[in-house]
Amino acid sequence: MANGVSATPTLSVRQATKQFGGSLALCDVDLDLWPGEAHALVGENGAGKSTLIKLITGVHQPDGGEVLHHGEVVHFPTPRDAQLHGIQTIYQEVHLAPQLSIARNVFLGREPTRFGSLDLKRMNREAAALLGRYGIVADVRRPLGGLSLGVQQMIAVVRAVSTDASVVIMDEPTSSLEPREVDKLLEVVGLLKQQGVAVVYVSHKLEEVFRACDKITVLRDGRLVWTGAVTDTTRRQLISRMLGRDPGELGNGKITHLGRAPVERGEVPVLAAQHLTRRFVLDDISLLLHPGEVVGLAGLLGSGRSETAKAIFGALALDSGTVEFCGKRFPRSTPASRLHSGVAMLPEDRKVEGIIPELSIRDNIGLAALPMLSRRGFVSRRKQAEIVDTFITRLHIKATGPEQKVAELSGGNQQKVLLARMLCLSPKVLLLDEPTRGIDVGAKAEVQALIADLAAKGLGVVLISSELEEIVEGSDTVLVLRDGTALGTLFGDEIDESAIMTMIAGAAEHDTAELIA
Amino acid sequence: MTAPAEFAGTRRTLSTRSVTSLVSRNGAFGVLVVVMVIGFLTVPSFGTADNLRNTALAASFLAIISAGMTFVIISGGIDLSVGSLYALAVILSADMSSHGSWAAIGVPIAACAFAGLVQGLIIARLRLPPFIVTLAGLTGIRGLVFYITKEGNSHPSVPGKPFFETVSRGSFLTIQNPVWIALAVFAVGWYVLNRTAFGQAVQAVGGNDTSAALMGLPVRRVKVIVYAISGVAVGISGVLSTGLSGGGQEARVGNAYELSAIAAVVIGGTLLSGGVGSIVGTLFGITLLYVIQNLIVQGFNLNSYVQQVVSGVFLLVVVILQAVFSRRSETE
Repeated sequence: MANGVSATPTLSVRQATKQFGGSLALCDVDLDLWPGEAHALVGENGAGKSTLIKLITGVHQPDGGEVLHHGEVVHFPTPRDAQLHGIQTIYQEVHLAPQLSIARNVFLGREPTRFGSLDLKRMNREAAALLGRYGIVADVRRPLGGLSLGVQQMIAVVRAVSTDASVVIMDEPTSSLEPREVDKLLEVVGLLKQQGVAVVYVSHKLEEVFRACDKITVLRDGRLVWTGAVTDTTRRQLISRMLGRDPGELGNGKITHLGRAPVERGEVPVLAAQHLTRRFVLDDISLLLHPGEVVGLAGLLGSGRSETAKAIFGALALDSGTVEFCGKRFPRSTPASRLHSGVAMLPEDRKVEGIIPELSIRDNIGLAALPMLSRRGFVSRRKQAEIVDTFITRLHIKATGPEQKVAELSGGNQQKVLLARMLCLSPKVLLLDEPTRGIDVGAKAEVQALIADLAAKGLGVVLISSELEEIVEGSDTVLVLRDGTALGTLFGDEIDESAIMTMIAGAAEHDTAELIA
Repeated sequence: MTAPAEFAGTRRTLSTRSVTSLVSRNGAFGVLVVVMVIGFLTVPSFGTADNLRNTALAASFLAIISAGMTFVIISGGIDLSVGSLYALAVILSADMSSHGSWAAIGVPIAACAFAGLVQGLIIARLRLPPFIVTLAGLTGIRGLVFYITKEGNSHPSVPGKPFFETVSRGSFLTIQNPVWIALAVFAVGWYVLNRTAFGQAVQAVGGNDTSAALMGLPVRRVKVIVYAISGVAVGISGVLSTGLSGGGQEARVGNAYELSAIAAVVIGGTLLSGGVGSIVGTLFGITLLYVIQNLIVQGFNLNSYVQQVVSGVFLLVVVILQAVFSRRSETE
């Protein structure tokens, strides 16, 4: 098929809608994939990228809307059905079969056979030819498990494209690759385009998007924000669309710091993180936090925001760097020792890392406080109830009572339960990762006010949010991150959305300039 | 042979690696060789042809069961029902022998295959943990066996000398038929696991069933079939056992066989977490268990409880080594 000369798209999505539980993961999203075109899908966490892909690949079924293959409506009840239509996907975390050889992995699920027996000679020969075509040097008879993650990822790509794929979807394909391997992968994208394949490229690395893709679709909160040609947008416009501002508004810098009372920065910071470094994740990040200060971490997905918080909390092993609390190093680098000292963290994904839905509000809150409430291993229910009830009142948790299951609460109230759980430890430092994600507007305002109130009472707060507005309005200091490095720090009145975006976009332009040079 | 000078320089990594692969891939084989050499040298009665023949014959019944178990464990599951199913096959085979050899062979194997199929369907369709489903199988089927045998009081025996008895009692090249049949089961098992598309799917499903589903592999079908395979293997084993004994076995026959089979599979280098394993390893694993048991009886004249202690310790050592080395290879 010739490049891009086609009357109908290879695959179209029309007004796709998908709900999970009560929350809308995807709402009325359209997508057209043309042969020979690489289409980037960008957006922050929870924007709906994964959901959209899963609708195309038959993992989920849409609640509304339809998928068209060469103009005809199709249904994919299982991933296999999508694959039979030539839709192949390379997932971020590939788990092929590590024990099997490269060749066996390439042909897994569609092995050539002779009289019911695997045609090993043909498999090895064809796999070697395929690997050669994409410039991968490896013995196809070796077990896959012994290869580096990067090579495994490339094998997954080869596996996907070795079929007569008409659509190849790559979900964050470069997250475990070295720069050299990234180049190779982008070359493969180029080859696929030449063969008339429609490529979907999901990535938060904008320079890859600009290098390899022809079109971009931006999603935010499950909705389509913008779609168009790469040549029609700038990095800065793209970033602002992802983070939720219209580019016009942005230029005027409408949203600025609210001018909260300036923080008294005493001699000794309550928390001092110095030179936090972990290969591929964080590169020399330093952060000072004073009592009563809110430090916002701004940056795109994958910039190292959450990882910085996790490193401070001791939940991410570091190659180097130190974290001091009130001028002293932590005795051990575990979350438990942090909690004991008075550093508490609100995880990004409350469903996975936070609440225990089947337990009551009281038990969920009481969980963290157990060590303090228990004497010789026994928990005084009365004492626990007292403390928990205080917090339910203080945080205005809306529930039928303390015994209600947390699963039955709204997102906002679940978040408050988590906050209460942290607060009953009387911490001095709070690490809040996306504290208002997925909760309704009213609850959001309440949580934001609560954070401001806590800071006013002398707590140090590290605030992470993919909504720039929240960072700008809520922070005394903003540390801007990109690709695991600190781009700069903004204080007080310097903080506004425009300044932050200029920083992020500037660094991105700079990177590309370097790559081209 | 590698030049000594060259070898000395890389000795450490080489030895680490060779030990790693020895334990993970053919540890059972290495240990088996060592144990057998020790046996030949120290226990005169161990190395006699008669003793080796008898040990092989004794091992062949659990070996066949372990071959089926290997499929289940590589697919990421576990089958606790095999001991009870074995008893069912034994009793059914003796009961059915009055209707002729083919009934004595066909009915128990079909019944065990059916039981495996049902368990597999429940596990795959309802996404229930295999441990619980087959634990229910273990209890329920044992109960059924006691019911059939009138609370264990009836011991059906095989009348006369039907064909299937001669299958079990015959021999070829002085080695009894059950041993040959066990070897054939392993050969077929190896072929299916390594030379068919289904075998590839079993290994992929055990590695990560979500990924396997995303790759378009028929995950549920694979899960159902491995339990049916296990059932068929158990059925074959039970029929052979009845043929050899001529019936009259007790209702509690095959008690705790599931544990020995799992032990053989694990000692053979198959990870309980699934995805990684080898059926040849299982053959060495079960042989090793029986050789050790035989040595303890022949040479050291210890009672069977000490055998169990030794087997237990040995299993623990193998599992610890597996864990240590798989962790080491991860960090490398």
